[in-house]
Parts: sequence; C-alpha cells; structure tokens
Amino acid sequence: MPTFLSDTALVFGRYARQTLRSKLQILFGVLMPLLYLLFFGPLLTDLPLSSAGSSWQLLVPGLLLQLGLFGAAFCGFGIIIEKQHGVVERMRVTPVSRLALLLGRVLRDALLFVFQSALLVLAALAMGLRAPLAGILIGFAFVALLTVSLASLSYALALKVTTPQEFAPVINAVTMPSMLLSGLMLPMTLGPTWLDVLSHFMPFRYLVDAVRAAYVGSYASSAMLYGVLVALVLAAVSLAVCTRTFRRAAA
Amino acid sequence: MPVLSTSGLARTFTTKNGPVDAVRGIDLTAERGEILGFLGPNGAGKTTTLRMLTTLLAPTGGTATVAGRDLVRDPAGVRRATGYVAQSGGVDPSVSVREELVTQARLYRLGKAQALARTEELAADLGLTELLDRRTAALSGGQRRRLDIAMGLTHRPEVLFLDEPTTGLDPGSRADLWELIRRIRADHGTTVFLTTHYLDEADALADRLVIVDRGVVVAEGTPDSLKRTHAGSPDASLQDAFLAITGRPSAPQDQTPVAV
Repeated sequence: MPTFLSDTALVFGRYARQTLRSKLQILFGVLMPLLYLLFFGPLLTDLPLSSAGSSWQLLVPGLLLQLGLFGAAFCGFGIIIEKQHGVVERMRVTPVSRLALLLGRVLRDALLFVFQSALLVLAALAMGLRAPLAGILIGFAFVALLTVSLASLSYALALKVTTPQEFAPVINAVTMPSMLLSGLMLPMTLGPTWLDVLSHFMPFRYLVDAVRAAYVGSYASSAMLYGVLVALVLAAVSLAVCTRTFRRAAA
Repeated sequence: MPVLSTSGLARTFTTKNGPVDAVRGIDLTAERGEILGFLGPNGAGKTTTLRMLTTLLAPTGGTATVAGRDLVRDPAGVRRATGYVAQSGGVDPSVSVREELVTQARLYRLGKAQALARTEELAADLGLTELLDRRTAALSGGQRRRLDIAMGLTHRPEVLFLDEPTTGLDPGSRADLWELIRRIRADHGTTVFLTTHYLDEADALADRLVIVDRGVVVAEGTPDSLKRTHAGSPDASLQDAFLAITGRPSAPQDQTPVAV
C-alpha cells in the first residue's frame, strides 16, 4: 500500500518538523528522569536491593519507562490544541489515510522519546551505569513500544474531549498509579506480598522487569518473555482501539 | 444534472435525554458553477448538514450525491472532489504559509514537485506570494481567510464548501472576499456552497438560497424571488423575508464563532 506509507511519511514529517522547531521541548522531557537520576540514584548505591547487578542497572530501566509513560500519556495535548485550530478536521476532509494520521504522529513520538532515552542513558553512564550494549538497545525498543501504546490511547482520548481541563485529570489518574504500581523506582519484590501481587495486575510492571533483565544481560529469562508479550499485546490493542476511534471520528 | 443533490438527508444524535433529530430530512440540489447560500437560524441544522456533506459526520438517513459520488458508499471519492473551509480555518499558527500549502497539496496526494508548483500558482492567484515564508500566526484576518480558501482549492475541487467565510472580518476584507469567491466561480466553474449569518452577504453573493429551519428546508429560490414571495416585494430586505419564513432573525452579528 504505497499511498498509506507515503501518507504516514508525510504526517510524520509534519510533526517531526514541529518538534524540531522547539528544541527546548526536546530537552525538557528528559528533565524529570534526569533529576531522579542525579538526586535519587545516589541514594540507592549502597542499599541492599537483592538484585543482580548494580543499583544503576535497576534504576535506569525504571527511569526510561517513566520517561515513556509520562511523555506518551500526555501526547494527546497536541491534538486538543490542533482541534481548536481546526487542523484535525481540515486533514480529515482530505483523502489521506486515517491510520496514517495516527501512525505519523505516533512514530514521531516514539522517535522523540527514544532520543530522550539515549540522552538519559548517556547521563547515567557518567553517573556510573555499566550495562551491555544489547541490553541498552533492547531498553530503547521497549520505550518505543510503550510510546506506541500510550501515545495512541492518549490521542484517542484527546479526540473525544474538547478541553485540556477534561483531559489532564484522566491522564494524571492513570499515570500516577501506573508509576507506583509498576515498581519504576524500586523493584516490587522489596515490598510486602500484597503489594507485589497487586503490581502483577499492572501491565507496565512486566515491561520494567524485562528492561531490568536486559540491563543485566539476562536475555533468555522469563521476565524478558513476559515483557515482550505484554508490550506487543498492549501495542496491538492500543493501535486497534485508536484506529477505530480515528475512523469513527472521521465517519 | 446537479453537481450536488440530497434526498431526505438526516442525522439523529443519541444523547442522555434520548434521540435528538438535528437534521430531519434535507432535500436540496446545487447546479454546476452555482453559488448557493445555505441559511437558517441558530440550531436549524446548518452545521450538521455541512458536516455530513463534507464526510465529517455519517448521515443516519437519506442519500446524497456529491460530484457524482455517493456520500455514504464513497466518502473518499467525495473528499477528492470537494474542498472544505471551516469557520476556524485549519492552519497551524506555528507553521509557515508555504509549508501549510505544500502539506495540504501532499495530503491530496500531489507529488512533491507538483505540490510546490501548485503552491506557487495558488499563492500568485490569491495574493499570498509575499507571505509564503511568514508563519500563519502573523497574517491579518483577511490574509488568513485567503490562505484558508487557498487550502480548500489545492486540488481544484468541483465543489467548495465555505462555513461562515466572512465572520469576524472587517468590511473591506469582506468585500475583497466576495470578489474572490465570484472570481473562483468565474475562472474555474467551481460550485460554491456557503453558509452565512449575514443576510446582506447572502443577498449580494448567492445565486440561489436554501433556508433551513428545525432540520428541514423551509424555503428556496433566488434572493429576489424569496423577497417577492415572502416579504411582498423584490425591494424588501432579505431580513424581512427571512423573518417571515422562519419567525426568527438570522443570528446576532456579534455572536462569537464556536470552533467545532
């Protein structure tokens, strides 16, 4: 389907240029995880965390997914602003592929957050992180998959609401428990059994565990298997839901 | 053979308080090269009808053919043959005029070189050449409107839908825009389907008017024939005819536009 691909490239190009115009925004997304890295990371170095590898191999995977989680969940803001300018409808009355309107945006987001992740990993290397290159690359792949899932869902929600005031509370209500229950900062195995059990119902936990496994070079582990499965299912379901929303909204 | 025709076109919305019939069955036609004014009081179903004709909203009843394509069975075909300029325009304030025009042409699947050439051509035609490298946020109201219309003309549509094209413009820019709309029709034979709250605009610009109220067409004809039939004389004002037909004035002119 060459028109679908060229449509996607066109939409991607438009939003990539938009991102490149605001260089500050590119760096700003790294700020929160970077602060955790600088001021929270050093607290962990001498703690008994009962995990393989150093505390950095534990913390950095969590910060990468935190970056993806908070970054992607708020992607929908952009589309709310565009709706107010009439940009979304203007594109929907053109013959452009509905799926391309979604995928072009989501690809831009995935690339942006992987780039920010790379900056974060560079900073972490300076702080003392040592991890296998393959593991680090696998970590980026998980950030990309998480972004595809969450950014799609965020866009779908944003299409249905009219103001940022309706959008933000929902996103906050999802992201905060997601962060706490997936053990982004510290592994859930440190906690009491009930909390550990509860966290297994949080899909992001499997992604964090998988990236932690990758960072200690344990590629053939069950954590990796579950992580890959959950990430793929999450991305497939999210894309399906959102494509439907984009089609419906477009009638 | 009309370029646009609808038969019983209807849309019912499901709400918490039960179904709401926004449009209850619209029958209308537009001939090739005609400027058709689509009028009605607030809430009459103008916007809903326009959103259906531009494929933004699926009808729940009736049929329509636009530029030879069935609205329900071939929405993609309708999109290729029509242009739509919403009240809110549709350009990103942070993007340059040139980039918006090129992107728009590419969204209509023109090749890269064709898109660049079409951008130059449209800019020259609509007096935007000097503005091509400005961000759209820096344009005046009249310039913005010309850009919005250029965006709608990118693919040389057979039918151009304009939703309240002159709302918020100063009198000079309104007059310029009327001239532009007449010229588009004269040069390209484009059918122009426009909604407006300004009855003087409808009177001056439209060949024929269709007036809707409560989701159905309640009157149609040339401005003069409507004035003669409903206000007693072709010298009467269109406002009088409109009042006689709908029992309500056209929307107050200070009404702030609502972006949908």
